[in-house]
Amino acid sequence: MNMELTFPGDAADERARSDRNLSEVERWASLAAGVGLAVFGLSRLKRSGWLYAGAGALLLRRGLSAHCDVYEALGLNTAADPDDTRAALRGARGINVLDSVTINRPIEELYRFWRNLENLPQFMRHLESVEKVTDTISHWRAKGPAGSSVEWDAEIHNEVPNQVIGWRSLEGADVVSAGSVNFDSAAAGRGTRVTVHLQYSPPGGKVGAAVAKLFGRDAETEIREDLRRFKQLVEAGEVPTTSGQPRG
Amino acid sequence: MKALCWYGTHDVRIARVPDPRILNPRDAIVKVTLTAICGSDLHLFDGFIPTLKRGDILGHEFMGEVVDVGPDVKTLKKGDRVVVPFTIACGSCYFCERGLWSACDNSNPNAWMLEESYGHSGSGLFGYSHMMGGYAGGQAEYVRVPFADVGPYKVPEALSDEQVLFLSDIFPTGYMAAENCGITPGDTIAVWGCGPVGQFCIASAWMLGAGRVIAIDREPARLMMAAERGKAEVLDLRSVDVIEALAALTGGRGPDACIDAVGMEAHGNTMDDWYDRAKTATMLATDRLSALRQAIHACRKGGTVSIPGVYGGMLDKVPFGAAFGKGLTLKMGQTHVHRYLPTLMARIQRGEIDPAYVITHRLRLEDAPGAYKTFRDKTDGCIKVVLTP
Repeated sequence: MNMELTFPGDAADERARSDRNLSEVERWASLAAGVGLAVFGLSRLKRSGWLYAGAGALLLRRGLSAHCDVYEALGLNTAADPDDTRAALRGARGINVLDSVTINRPIEELYRFWRNLENLPQFMRHLESVEKVTDTISHWRAKGPAGSSVEWDAEIHNEVPNQVIGWRSLEGADVVSAGSVNFDSAAAGRGTRVTVHLQYSPPGGKVGAAVAKLFGRDAETEIREDLRRFKQLVEAGEVPTTSGQPRG
Repeated sequence: MKALCWYGTHDVRIARVPDPRILNPRDAIVKVTLTAICGSDLHLFDGFIPTLKRGDILGHEFMGEVVDVGPDVKTLKKGDRVVVPFTIACGSCYFCERGLWSACDNSNPNAWMLEESYGHSGSGLFGYSHMMGGYAGGQAEYVRVPFADVGPYKVPEALSDEQVLFLSDIFPTGYMAAENCGITPGDTIAVWGCGPVGQFCIASAWMLGAGRVIAIDREPARLMMAAERGKAEVLDLRSVDVIEALAALTGGRGPDACIDAVGMEAHGNTMDDWYDRAKTATMLATDRLSALRQAIHACRKGGTVSIPGVYGGMLDKVPFGAAFGKGLTLKMGQTHVHRYLPTLMARIQRGEIDPAYVITHRLRLEDAPGAYKTFRDKTDGCIKVVLTP
């Protein structure tokens, strides 16, 4: 399921609203190269000259608008401060996952378990560790592509006890990400609904994410299985397994 | 240890495998003292259930002695003699709390597989394919039992293994099927299939107040058991038109409830059965359902069709119009064994029933591969095989 993630203050933030996805350096380079090509092409009044001029015009447009369609398609963005989750994850730019599970435990217990972020690696299989730095800032380490490790600091920027926890990555993150988990009571005696919304800018861009999906490790599947393990852990006290059992 | 392993359709063998060990805090290891082959194991043997892998250990009807327990199991200790439900249940999810044990949310490690094909996953089962959890089964010398503080039920010393083994599955399965009929005193219950589950459907229908029980099969030995031990009226589908006979026996009204204790590999005697056979043989269909069609057709208006027989896929040519037109209630599903085990154990203790009467073959675990064939072909009067490891 896809939903757009918005943060308070987005409407006033020019950078978060804009379609710009080129850095200033690239923008000026595009403009300069565009002017050069256009002048060169127009000066040669032959058929190939028109081609140069046309390419120049496209570069000029890219420079003037500071928007690149190819970057857009690849999920790249060099305009934003790469650490700004609002710009990096807005709209279709990040990978966007929403999933929910109903758990037969009281809301307070589930909130408390989740709020202690160091518990998360118990059921989020891609996480290696989460260490508490301050009450709201934590250091995350996760399994990256091809056996590598990625790390980032995250802060809890939104917190309403027994309702919601929202977090986002801080400056210098290997993976720019933001997420929230909402808790609400299902109808009488039917447990607690836990809804997770996660956005991240995947290492390798959208192409990398598509490749990961081919190998069955897409974000939606991961989150669904993470939530299932969370439920199993808090309801049954353990995650069921058969790994290590005998077979012929 | 020795275990009965599946290597392919119609290919099961005794293999030497490592002993099971505790993998989770709520596990126990049970040394199997008696196990059985279930009619539903034949669906695995015949290749009707997908997601089996070479080397999987089969078997979901077993009992034995506890030899090891995980740190969180406080209700059992080494040396306890237990019978184990074939459905694995955590005991603390929404469904377990409501007695829907076979719908447990937390016991199937491969729940995603069933979610893709069924929408939701039921509980994990022992020895019954990877989509049902991939748990190693009990046709072995030892078996690992997850959530051992919830499932295994202690057996009173006075009762023999043979008396209580079937509490693991087929006795509760037959009982739940009869209970699902909503029997009121004097009701007529028709039971398709006089295998072990059908026999316990017959016995349970009497326990719940049926006035008449009519049993349908095509195997003389099974019909004889239904008549002599089950005190049922019997119909041999090879020699009578079942629908006409049931109408005649019930003054045209039809049975108040019909039980399909046959399931997906029915052997009918009618045109539709040949149609199912052709389609399943060519992989165009997953189930043969002539018993279910007859049950729906024969049932009285406003009656109940109860289905303990196992179905797996997309059923073809289900007379749904008849079911709708007559306002039938359909009830089905894997047995909530945990719900019935204590009360049925008490009935056995009081001498109301000795389930061992369905046993026709007492063999050793090593004999299991041959026993699968005998049971499947119903040769040698085979109705129920028990195996001693």
